[in-house]
Amino acid sequence: MADANAPRKLTFKILRYNPRLPGDKPRLQSYELEESAGMTLFIALNEIRDRQDASLAFDFVCRAGICGSCAMMIDGRPGLACRTLTKNLGAEVTLAPLPVFELVADLSVDTGKWMRGMSERLETWVHAKQGEIDLRRIEERMDPDLAEEIFELDRCIECGCCVAGCGTARMREDFVGAVGLNKIARFRLDPRDTRTDEDFYELVGDDDGVFGCMSLLGCHDVCPKQLPLQTQIAFLRRKMLKQGLA
Amino acid sequence: MDSSQNVIAGVGLADRPRKSRWPARMDFAQSASGLALGLFMWGHMFFVSTILLSKDAMWAVTKFFEGYFILGTAYPVVVSGVVAGVLALVVLHAFLAMRKFPANYRQYRAFTGHRALMDHGDTTLWWVQFLTGFALFFLAAVHLYQMLMHPGDIGPYGSADRVWSGRWWPIYLVMLFAVELHGGIGLYRLCVKWGWFEGKDPAASRRRLKAAKWLLTAFFLALGLATLGAYMKIGYEHRDRVGERYTPSWVLPDPKEKAQ
Repeated sequence: MADANAPRKLTFKILRYNPRLPGDKPRLQSYELEESAGMTLFIALNEIRDRQDASLAFDFVCRAGICGSCAMMIDGRPGLACRTLTKNLGAEVTLAPLPVFELVADLSVDTGKWMRGMSERLETWVHAKQGEIDLRRIEERMDPDLAEEIFELDRCIECGCCVAGCGTARMREDFVGAVGLNKIARFRLDPRDTRTDEDFYELVGDDDGVFGCMSLLGCHDVCPKQLPLQTQIAFLRRKMLKQGLA
Repeated sequence: MDSSQNVIAGVGLADRPRKSRWPARMDFAQSASGLALGLFMWGHMFFVSTILLSKDAMWAVTKFFEGYFILGTAYPVVVSGVVAGVLALVVLHAFLAMRKFPANYRQYRAFTGHRALMDHGDTTLWWVQFLTGFALFFLAAVHLYQMLMHPGDIGPYGSADRVWSGRWWPIYLVMLFAVELHGGIGLYRLCVKWGWFEGKDPAASRRRLKAAKWLLTAFFLALGLATLGAYMKIGYEHRDRVGERYTPSWVLPDPKEKAQ
């Protein structure tokens, strides 16, 4: 009889593909590993790379769910490898790179390029009025509740999970995704940003912006930081509609 | 040559200093027409299901909408007017909803692959909404045209004859599932899209909304199947007297109708 306390044998089916290697084709490669206590996908993938296959490509930086580098498709859904415990998965785990973003190799994608493009397009920084910046002046006080509200939305780590989990973004490559809409919601709250709803309408008031969102809520359900994306997108939609009908 | 504005817009350059307001208007119109049609769908189901109460009840509802109890005479053309309005809403809604459809094979493949891989409830529901919506382009159009042109054929015998002897029951059966699924999902999506009934705990509200959506869909499907079954039964029993109109024993025949 098998020992109930014996560690599980895990099988990782990992999508392997390097678009820079001539002739390389996407395929699933299996690796077997014995599960250890508290094992995360980060630990498992490092073990595979250290002991079984040094050519396996994947990204990690912080190992603590802060940098967003290790986002990947875990059993078909986007998630952070460092925050995923293997004990919460089956004995067979399928890993694939995030879609939408430029594939570097295997599980490694370049989310930075996409995020930078989105940030530049939506101008995701505080817009102060020209000539009003006085570095010698003490910064204006902000209501702590408002600061908390802004900080709540600022927790976004740009991991790309919301974009990879979005049916609209998969179909329409110009869609700004929940990450972009969340950023607009964040700067809209910020009293230091002098932009009005009319200005924000110029950025997201179209089918590539908030009106393109089909409310599938994949973004909300996969966000590893549990950001209130459903609420924020609905709020932004109402505000942009008001602006659009004005 | 055209005006300068046509030339500028014609080559895809912005011809106005600010972003168009049409995406906002279209998003609003899609939601508003969907809400109106969804609520109409439920009301419609209650009206046609009065056949389950009795033939007299269904007759009374029919005559009410034909203005009989207000004007003293039944004017089926009133129903045609309502149908024309609903048809206009359907066309508007379908036109606006098409903006969201996969527009080419790449988009189709991207979405189907994404849906299958993610196995995510609300994403799958949208796909069901898309497929049923596409089916309704044809099903609703056929049904509405019939009602537009023959509003006087609505009644306990008129409807039952159409369902059974007119062989409309297969299309009604398919349309029942298509419309209830499409409308139910659509009304749920409207709530999450605009943040209605969100309350203090959006996650709990969404769970409740989804449960309510499925309960309502199950209820209206059961009601619809029972109603269709009732019309089929009456139609079968009335198959030798197709064309005869039902008049309750407690109502004197309308002289105008008698003359026809």
